[in-house]
Amino acid sequence: MPAYQKSPIPGNRWLPHPLMTLVLVIIWLFLVNTVTFGHLLLGTLLGIAIPWFTNRFWPERPKIAKPFLLFRFFFITFVTDVIVANITVVRLFLQPDISRLRPRFIEIPLDTQDPMVITILASVISLTPGTVSAEVSEDRQTLIVHGLDVADEKLAVQTIKTRYEAPLKEIFSC
Amino acid sequence: MIFVIELLVSFFLVVGAFFALAGSIGSFRLPDFFSRLHGPTKSTTLGVGGMAIASAIYFSFHGEGISFHEVLITLFLFITAPVSAHFLAKAALHQRLHENKAALPPACEKETGPHE
Repeated sequence: MPAYQKSPIPGNRWLPHPLMTLVLVIIWLFLVNTVTFGHLLLGTLLGIAIPWFTNRFWPERPKIAKPFLLFRFFFITFVTDVIVANITVVRLFLQPDISRLRPRFIEIPLDTQDPMVITILASVISLTPGTVSAEVSEDRQTLIVHGLDVADEKLAVQTIKTRYEAPLKEIFSC
Repeated sequence: MIFVIELLVSFFLVVGAFFALAGSIGSFRLPDFFSRLHGPTKSTTLGVGGMAIASAIYFSFHGEGISFHEVLITLFLFITAPVSAHFLAKAALHQRLHENKAALPPACEKETGPHE
């Protein structure tokens, strides 16, 4: 089942991506670094014009079923994992005997075939140090990940699946 | 500027610089292409992240009002870094740079085609 269409936020012909409009307005205000009425107006204008012109490129709207979980995933799970894993990887990099590393490829069977969920999952895997996503098989069944120091392949796959894939699937409800 | 702020800024600068340096050292020391890919993704997360936090704190207390540019820098980096890493890894797989190194999983072998 694709995670698109029935979005909780209604969109119409003139405002095809309400969420994108909101994000664009916020990004514009961050870019100019001032909140004045003029910039709010200009940001809103851009926020309406850009989704309208690019609508053909992405006709579907992402369906975020659990926004709170999304925030928790990115600001707690993701941030702590990045910090902890960074320290681990730095220790691996600076250890005296670099040949002790066990780099290898691991295969992660995917439970979802939704392109956006796979994209976010692959990006999160690449950003949390120690793993870089290398390839998605053509049938979208497996994600190939390169691990820097993999002791137990089954454990690594299991960690990624429960820690990242399960919450992402729940957030985008697919 | 208040001493505490200066201390915070210096702390985040040093942390960012340390992780960027460690990432570079890692890229230099590691034996094969795929392991080296791990270096740059590290320096973008905590390396640039630490410096962005330092910059945000500095300009928030130095200029006029809170500085939000660093949030955007971090956001854009976090979106683009995995994409470029993924492209490099994909290109390397198709160039078969992994030969004689790590064993490739069967699904991947299928993807890159038989060896000529």
